[in-house]
Amino acid sequence: MTIVERLPETKSGIGVVSAAAVGAWAGAYALNERMWDWLLYDRIGLNPDARSVSALHFFLYDTTKIALLLTGIIFVVGVLRTFITIERTRALLGGKREGVGNVMAAGLGVATPFCSCSAVPAFIGFVGAGVPIGVTLSFLIASPLVNEIAVGLLWTTFGWNIALMYIGAGLTIAIVAGWVLGRMGVERWVEPFVLKQNLLAAANAGAGVESRMSPQLRVRIGLQEVREILGKVWPYLLVGVALGGIIHGWVPSNFFAAHAGPHNPFGVLVAVVLGVPLYSNAAGALPLVQALADKGVPMGTLLAFMMSVVALSLPEMILLKRVLKVPLLGAYTAVVSVGIIAVGYLFNAILT
Amino acid sequence: MIIKVLGSGCANCVRLEANVKEALAASGIVDATVEKVTDYADIAAYGIMSTPGLVVDERVLVSGRVPDAAEVAQLIASAR
Repeated sequence: MTIVERLPETKSGIGVVSAAAVGAWAGAYALNERMWDWLLYDRIGLNPDARSVSALHFFLYDTTKIALLLTGIIFVVGVLRTFITIERTRALLGGKREGVGNVMAAGLGVATPFCSCSAVPAFIGFVGAGVPIGVTLSFLIASPLVNEIAVGLLWTTFGWNIALMYIGAGLTIAIVAGWVLGRMGVERWVEPFVLKQNLLAAANAGAGVESRMSPQLRVRIGLQEVREILGKVWPYLLVGVALGGIIHGWVPSNFFAAHAGPHNPFGVLVAVVLGVPLYSNAAGALPLVQALADKGVPMGTLLAFMMSVVALSLPEMILLKRVLKVPLLGAYTAVVSVGIIAVGYLFNAILT
Repeated sequence: MIIKVLGSGCANCVRLEANVKEALAASGIVDATVEKVTDYADIAAYGIMSTPGLVVDERVLVSGRVPDAAEVAQLIASAR
């Protein structure tokens, strides 16, 4: 029997279990560092001053910390997301013009639950319901670019101002990129079957929307989300923390400041070029970002890196190729990349 | 009974199909056929935009998430 199946069926039962879980989580988070101190130094008797021991301590502590943060953030985001569906989003966007529509679409793109395998049905559904293609693209760009888990991790690691900058930059890129692409008359680069879809989709619109979910079901969906995402990201997390630890412990403190610091005009460019093929997720990128920030890499460069890691992915491009022709896919990638690079340079200019 | 799993073939759709088969076996239902709908135009015709989707006798029961086998069994039972 899994935890998910053991959830109580009543509302008050769910409340009690949730309160206990919050307490256990907060306790584990607060005791994390002391627990590893006790285990490695007091119990096993390792020397805290040895470099390899302190690296091991960092690895265990940081892995636990990020795993706890991820669990909490994914669960909260997963439960909140049960309140908004993509079908509801489409209803909100239907009949909106470009401009206002792009702004709304970018905001909804952040909030709406959305797995990259749904990019194609979502695209078809939006366009079929009469949402302009540029507005639809704003939605599709914002969704991975402003990743809620990345927001949560940035907030807990660097503070709310950096998290807000990340959100603002991502929304701006999605709004502007969608608007620019919409202006380019991209209909000719969309596969014709998409544009023929409207009658069918309209007739069935709203089918399958689960309007009322019980609290148990929402909690269960949150837990399933945690299990699924953690199950997928743990290798990236371990590699990210290990690399972060190596940078933290062994790379001289002025190395990155000298090579990728604010005075290197190519710093942001290099970060984006490195970030795109590294496509993993925020969990793996964050420990790296944190270690690089400690070594003097400017925040604009790091945010650009974070965005390029989460935003542009080859698997999603291959999926989108079913509905978008190559010139539009190329334009999409180019506009988003240029946006990310511009944001990196802008933040570096503002923050230094 | 005709059960359809809508989805392009990503990991979620594969898991949903496995859960459906498990649910059918657990409930002892033998008169059901399970079909996969992978064509995007056909998926869109059901009016859903997030995959995977679970359709029982042409009624969309779930979209955009993977219910586990126990929940699928409940859904199928209530749809009969």
